[in-house]
Amino acid sequence: MNPTSIPRRSIPRRWHIPRLHPAAAFAVWRRNALVWRRLFVSSLVFHFGEPLLYLIGIGYGLGRFIDGMEGMDGISYLSFFASGLVASSTMMSTSYEATYSAYTRMVPQKTYDGIIATPVEVDDIVAGEMLWCATKGCMAGASLLIVATLIGAFAGFEALLCIPILLLIGLAFSGLALAITATAPSYDYFSYYMTLFITPMFILCGVFYPISSMPAFVQGLIQVLPLTHAVALVRPIVTGAALENPILHIAILIAFAFVGFYVAAILIRRRFIL
Amino acid sequence: MTISDSRPERGSAASVVRARNLLKRFGTKTVIDDLDLDMPRGGCYGLLGPNGAGKTTLLRMLLGHVLPDAGTLEVLGEPVPAAARSVRARIGIVPQDDNLDPDFTVMENLRIYAGYFPQPARRPLTPWLESLLEFVSLHERATDRIQSLSGGMRRRLVIARALVNDPELLILDEPTTGLDPQVRHLIWAKLRELIKKGSTILLTTHYMEEAERLCDRLAIVDQGRILAEDTPKTLIAQRVEPSVIELRIRGAGHRASADDVPAEPTGLPEAISRHARIERIDETWHCHTHHPQRVLEHLPRYPEIEYLHRPANLEDVFLNLTGRELRD
Repeated sequence: MNPTSIPRRSIPRRWHIPRLHPAAAFAVWRRNALVWRRLFVSSLVFHFGEPLLYLIGIGYGLGRFIDGMEGMDGISYLSFFASGLVASSTMMSTSYEATYSAYTRMVPQKTYDGIIATPVEVDDIVAGEMLWCATKGCMAGASLLIVATLIGAFAGFEALLCIPILLLIGLAFSGLALAITATAPSYDYFSYYMTLFITPMFILCGVFYPISSMPAFVQGLIQVLPLTHAVALVRPIVTGAALENPILHIAILIAFAFVGFYVAAILIRRRFIL
Repeated sequence: MTISDSRPERGSAASVVRARNLLKRFGTKTVIDDLDLDMPRGGCYGLLGPNGAGKTTLLRMLLGHVLPDAGTLEVLGEPVPAAARSVRARIGIVPQDDNLDPDFTVMENLRIYAGYFPQPARRPLTPWLESLLEFVSLHERATDRIQSLSGGMRRRLVIARALVNDPELLILDEPTTGLDPQVRHLIWAKLRELIKKGSTILLTTHYMEEAERLCDRLAIVDQGRILAEDTPKTLIAQRVEPSVIELRIRGAGHRASADDVPAEPTGLPEAISRHARIERIDETWHCHTHHPQRVLEHLPRYPEIEYLHRPANLEDVFLNLTGRELRD
């Protein structure tokens, strides 16, 4: 007896809406956290040392010449820059973890191949990875936040209230980066993502200067980039200023997180479910 | 606490794997071709086939990682891929290449892996994991890093890892490929121990010896189809002649040059071929026969011929069914 019809459905079948098992996603998160705990000193230097250098070099060094200029929201350049840097180092740390490190787990180490043999689904791995990469970014942002608070860059310890926002920023960036990782043929691929997407945001999205100083058409472009909204949330919270349109910024970051998750899940399914 | 000591009777479906008209194509290549399979509970079932026969694809289909293009599949009584998640909670997998977690120690590998299952197989977990390490003789390496283990130790650890959920079905994809004979025999002994305690094992292999020693039933697979399926004994009895006489001209293989082909013994092929099916592989003739004596009685007249008379084995069945051309 021969099968009469062969349904053609290789594409739509992998497009279903993810169904998550929180305990399974947490197990993936936990695995990564346990590895991190072992390597945590070296990762601290990497994710923390560089932003600290920026903070001191540019915040203090350059700040001296800039303080008192217009458009700085009435705060010192150190506060202005440090608050932008908290958001951007969350982005950076998340993005590195979700590209280079996640690729290492997915391809050479075959960690995911081991995991999908258990009841953990590909979607759970993606969710657990996203949560882990966001956690990592959040830790990088939060440690900078603490240092900046200690050196008096921020209003006070209520600055720590923005830690949940840092986690959201991490989620917004980790989905995008995991989608890139899912399609990566090798590590080289990530330098494109970093150079063409992450670095421009670091430079353009209001970390170093207010975006109002850019030409109007560039400002329009900047408004669709996630880091802009991350900075727009972090800066007022840590400097004690009033938030403008917080719901809009939060909604945009949540949208990036969900779309990134869905796209990453579809693409990673294609790697593991034939 | 030892492995499988108090295994409750879970489910009683006659087949642990039941496939009907399974079909899978990758592009234009048909890798699983209208395949039917019924694998009984208990004992060891072998999928024997050359490289690229579709064995690994079939195993991945059982886990829900390869989606069939047509046909139905039930594993442990549950439909796959629909219930693949719940099926994976009940089976253990030893993949072809080790994917142990290099960031962790031996014991941590088991512990982390156990954490991927919704319910731990045994409580408390630690003594259970220790008993698994003891089972594969790795209890003294519990705190060692994966990098410090030999290939054989890694494979044993992968087997222990596949047992963390106390599976109803253990699936092994070429469990002893690339291992030295000592380790291979140790792994066979461990698998036999599991079978004796009531486990059900499904393994793929292209080692005839492994299949003959371990498997209660065998399916010979090639090009995505099952060519024959039975006990090893029955396969040998039904699929090939019971005796094989391998003939070889003395000194062949020590030729001075490629042109220096030894002369064919006059009249011998004609004489034998009435009693045997002759296969020529390089300079050896394999004479498959029901009447070995009738072949052997011709041989004293040809002193330049050396011969080996042996009973037919699984390899003869395998080569007879799958052919001799290379598969790479």
